[in-house]
Amino acid sequence: MPGAPHVSSATPRQTALNPRHRAAGARMVPFAGWEMPLQYRGIVEEHLAVRRRVGVFDVSHMARFFLAGADAGAVIRRTVTYDVLAMEPETGHYSVACDDAGGILDDPYVYRLGPQRWMVVGNAARREVDLEALRAAVRSGDDVELDDRTEATAMLAVQGPQAASLLGALLAPEIVGRVEPHHTTEVALVGYKALVSRTGYTGEDGFELVLAAAVAAEVWDRLLSGGAEPCGLGARDTLRLEAALALYGNDIDVTTDPFEAGLGWVVSLEDAGDFRGRAALVGRKAAGRTRALACIRAAERGPVFRHGCAVLAGGARVGGLTSGGYSPVLETSIGMGYLPVEQAKSGTRVEVEVRGRRERAEVVRRPFYRRAAGSS
Amino acid sequence: MQFPAELRYSREHEWVRVEDGAAVVGITDFAQDQLGDVVFVSLPAVGSKVAALEKMGEIESVKSVSELYSPVSGTVVEINQAAVDSPETINRDAYGEGWLLRVAMDGGLPDGLLSADEYRAVVGAE
Repeated sequence: MPGAPHVSSATPRQTALNPRHRAAGARMVPFAGWEMPLQYRGIVEEHLAVRRRVGVFDVSHMARFFLAGADAGAVIRRTVTYDVLAMEPETGHYSVACDDAGGILDDPYVYRLGPQRWMVVGNAARREVDLEALRAAVRSGDDVELDDRTEATAMLAVQGPQAASLLGALLAPEIVGRVEPHHTTEVALVGYKALVSRTGYTGEDGFELVLAAAVAAEVWDRLLSGGAEPCGLGARDTLRLEAALALYGNDIDVTTDPFEAGLGWVVSLEDAGDFRGRAALVGRKAAGRTRALACIRAAERGPVFRHGCAVLAGGARVGGLTSGGYSPVLETSIGMGYLPVEQAKSGTRVEVEVRGRRERAEVVRRPFYRRAAGSS
Repeated sequence: MQFPAELRYSREHEWVRVEDGAAVVGITDFAQDQLGDVVFVSLPAVGSKVAALEKMGEIESVKSVSELYSPVSGTVVEINQAAVDSPETINRDAYGEGWLLRVAMDGGLPDGLLSADEYRAVVGAE
């Protein structure tokens, strides 16, 4: 039976909602230097609440950088692979930041709040790396202010088919309707200034809210009394895995490039914009991929696939899982891992080795779960 | 958290109930709560031998995997296929529908199993 969770010796940071999590009986765990809720009522229950109704996550540990000034967009363009300068104001776009060799430093989400105002949201564990990358992209004479507001703000993810109606009840419904997928807008939320973006990490419709840390608890309470299920990092992981969304540190890191990770769609090489890693990525694209991140699904219910499990084809090891877990919707094990391009095609029969036993599995088309058409 | 007085408990968080000379075995309420959502359980085959304090299977939740240790010695006469097919039963009713297996014991209950109060003290101390 499980022992006590590993506790880091450094005192973890607490989000503004920490007392709320404790009061709700959450199981708290150290994560990327923060103390975060792993689960409240149970991972599967929380997962299914997001798939069927609506859940709310405290994602305040994510790094939030605000940039303003005539050259703010150019600084971000030099940092990430996506042509953010082509973005319209009030939109967001997924991106990756690479090192000089084309390896992935982080996969930040970039929001253009206004013509000269931006927000970059990165992974908690990559906060310093992202900050350093942005700073390194500033040239002398640039008109840019860079502000790390991770502690000053809180971030909530409201996700699920009922997210729009729940937020509509707290906001004006026409505002929620106006925020289309991948759009963002500044609104007054229960009287406080907030950024509302129609983005998320679950594969469902949903919103992410960035607001002053001081008002986070009040908004959290309103969302819960409106029917949102509080959800922890456990469900966040199972939801993103069903949606086949990469997790930094597992599926992508400096040893992987965006093309083999299936993220070539965020690498803009057509525009003249120079960015860190561009030359290497041009070369890697021309050379072609030798491996690709594949979605692998167990043939039947069995032991749970985990990060690190070997993947075999024809009895020989061809790769390893970078993510693995139980899918509450499919009720089987699922995972992702890099396989040689030939084996990464859907339909390939493979085996996944779990504690010495080989479980039958198949490469499937990504994602594992896609929400029904029509439910925006 | 429930620890029925009529059961005996192991330090590895299994419970035992003696029924018609056989031992019915499951995991405790504390164990299922610690594991969280149970999604897979692997049990010894009917007819195989198990020995007290030795590994007899695995139980896995969304987040972690744990080994199952037999609290008794004997021969497996029945496994709870319903719990294998629907492992969430173990979370829902650890002492009832979520039982795991029935063992024809070699002799009686081994020494060292705990009463409900003793087990409560053990998990309270963890």
